[in-house]
Amino acid sequence: MKSTLRIAALAAELKTIGYRLAAALAICVVLTFLSDAFLTTNNLMNVLRQASLLFLLASGLTLVILTAGLDLSVGANIGLSACIAASIMKLTGSALLGAACGVGIGLTIGLANGLLVALMRMPPFIATYGMLWVVHGITYWFMAGTTLYGFPPAFRALGSGYFLGVPIPVYLMFVFLTLGAFFSQRTTYGQEIYAIGANREAARLSGVPIVKRLILVYAVSGAMAGLASLVFLARMNSAEGDIGEAFTLPAIAAALIGGTSLFGGIGTVSGTLVGALILTLVLNGMNLLTIDASWQPLVTGVIVLLAVFFDTLTRRGEEARK
Amino acid sequence: MNTASSTAPLLELRGISKQFPGVKALDDVSFAVYPGEVHMLVGENGAGKSSLMKVLCGAYTADEGQFFYKGEKVVIGSPADARAFGIAVIFQEFSLVPYLSIAQNIFLGREFPGRFPGTIDHTKMHREAKKILALLGLDIPTRTLVHDLGVAQQQMVEIAKALSQNARILVMDEPTAALSDRETERLFAMIRQLQSDGVAIVYISHRMAEVFAMGDRITVLRDGKKVGSLLPGEATPDELVRLMVGRSVDRSYARNFCKTAGELLLEVKGLRSAMGVNGVDLTVRSGEIVGLSGLVGAGRTEVARAIFGADRVTGGEVLLYSKPHQGGPDKAVAAGMALIPESRKAEGLALIRSVCDNLVLPGLPLAFPNRIYKATKARQIANALIERLRISTPSALRPVRLLSGGNQQKVVIGKWLGSESRLFIIDEPTRGIDVGAKAEIFALIDQLVQQGAGVLMISSELSEIVQVCDRTYVMRDGRIAGHLSREQLSEENILKLGVQHE
Repeated sequence: MKSTLRIAALAAELKTIGYRLAAALAICVVLTFLSDAFLTTNNLMNVLRQASLLFLLASGLTLVILTAGLDLSVGANIGLSACIAASIMKLTGSALLGAACGVGIGLTIGLANGLLVALMRMPPFIATYGMLWVVHGITYWFMAGTTLYGFPPAFRALGSGYFLGVPIPVYLMFVFLTLGAFFSQRTTYGQEIYAIGANREAARLSGVPIVKRLILVYAVSGAMAGLASLVFLARMNSAEGDIGEAFTLPAIAAALIGGTSLFGGIGTVSGTLVGALILTLVLNGMNLLTIDASWQPLVTGVIVLLAVFFDTLTRRGEEARK
Repeated sequence: MNTASSTAPLLELRGISKQFPGVKALDDVSFAVYPGEVHMLVGENGAGKSSLMKVLCGAYTADEGQFFYKGEKVVIGSPADARAFGIAVIFQEFSLVPYLSIAQNIFLGREFPGRFPGTIDHTKMHREAKKILALLGLDIPTRTLVHDLGVAQQQMVEIAKALSQNARILVMDEPTAALSDRETERLFAMIRQLQSDGVAIVYISHRMAEVFAMGDRITVLRDGKKVGSLLPGEATPDELVRLMVGRSVDRSYARNFCKTAGELLLEVKGLRSAMGVNGVDLTVRSGEIVGLSGLVGAGRTEVARAIFGADRVTGGEVLLYSKPHQGGPDKAVAAGMALIPESRKAEGLALIRSVCDNLVLPGLPLAFPNRIYKATKARQIANALIERLRISTPSALRPVRLLSGGNQQKVVIGKWLGSESRLFIIDEPTRGIDVGAKAEIFALIDQLVQQGAGVLMISSELSEIVQVCDRTYVMRDGRIAGHLSREQLSEENILKLGVQHE
């Protein structure tokens, strides 16, 4: 009895991810035929490394979206966190202190978002959109057009190092996949977050401490942006004011492609990982096939629309079956 | 009033069948409405009333069957077809736009063109709207936003909208579900007027009293089939209920009333809230069901929300289990209070989540004290509750939105049985659920108080308060207007206290 229940639960989880995993594999098969350069260790490691950065950012964002919220400030957050971390490292020469400050800044921005959304009851879109500009502004003022580069080797390993032939960020990706999946599926906090997204008022009247949980998810999203900024900084080995601008929309895309609903209450962190992989694979394939990079936004948009369309269809199908 | 049978039917449906995967929603149902009659459509939830209504208004296409309008064979294949034959439906959930005015709502999508292309003749629109409202005996400024109207008035606007479209057949789904007794009287007066104008009314109801008071003809559905068509004089309410459920149901909700109440669970002193609670004192003891009665708008729900901390409390004191209590719903739940809110869908359930997820939500901290959630344990808890409450669902994993109203209500109550609550505040426990499920819900509430819980029960149905409660408070204008003991409890006494004396 117990084991059949467990299998049923596992099957339900696999089903939501399964189709997407199959799509990712299909893309791999197609690319293997189209390009000799695709199925090489070098290229696959490259794909995983790029996907890992996207996933780190999108995983925290997924929790926010599960509460029917949104965090538009993650890209700006990467910019400020990276620049502060860079300047602390230049000042003190300490990789650890710099890294701690980077995550700390990310966390602080996330907490500020959480306070605006949960306590001031501002719509998440507006609160984090305002925060985007504020954080951008601070970053530009702080950097004053300068560029910081050349960081301690120990720090740079975070972005470009390898362990047993696998890039360090990929390990980070799997660590945070495990943490994220555990937190959302196997803790009561996770259950409450899903409930808030499904019906905030019902969750509130069921005793879920809404304010605390909302602050928590925005704080986590901010801290993950701080961590992602470190990985990016370590890879680039230089920091400028506009460093994070290109990240926000792809991170939202990864969550949506992974099956997370913007209406809240539906989605998984593991789905977001698959979403990040699909997005990265397609863009990688376009590079290998020397398709002009100007097509990338269009293709990203089409994948997002396809994924959401597919979800709408399957949910409608379930409805009809009753 | 029964001139109907002498004339030809306005609309006749013959042999209507509608199949959904796995269920036959309608099975060879024939149904006729005559001009100027109120045709009551009754049956348990899931009996096929809504399906029939949707076929009638063109939202569903019947698999089999024919329509006749004034004796001529016609096709109703879309909502536009239905509108063309003057069929208008007023659903339980209104289709009004809150931030538009009454007139804008009435003429939504059919605005009068102004002098210039693309403009609207507002003067004419408000003049026409005023005419229709006057027809219904309503005197509300037509520029009032629908958002600012009470439920009863919104319903009147819905009816006005239907009439402005020259509706000759008006279908109403439980129109009195959210109305106070006085508002119900107003609605009935309006229905009688429409009737004398020759409008046919199809009226879906769960309330026996109004079925017999208003109906000219009663059609009973059960499991998608028509099981009877009768005149009000031909059957007693009990016989009708038996016909609906196919078995005999005890409608009196007989229970052993509380002889000696136990310890004090809740004591409220001088409670005031930002939402209009104006100094309320009340107590609930272990073993009793205490009613909180009064007209709609008297502040009953607001008292419940203030005690629970869902609205901001501006004054007074709440003692829970003899300890001072304050704070939001999370504090209330942690302290052992349960609120079963008025609106299942808006406040009670996470509709897209499973029965299991909903059932375990309030009890999460208790079931998993170290915060590690185990899906198997959650499902065991849910399955036990499903069995105990006899919730009809093929699996605990089914999304709760696919359950019937009565079963959804069981989930809303059931989710508190896993917490340690001994004080239950229940707001409108039987809204929109059928007779059979009502009896089960009351049996459940009775079982709770037998086990030492205390219940504060809000209901707009006076007969429920009278039949179920050990004593009741009656509210008026955000205050307690009076208290009635078991011996004093009657609908008449509640009304006397609830209605303003000038």
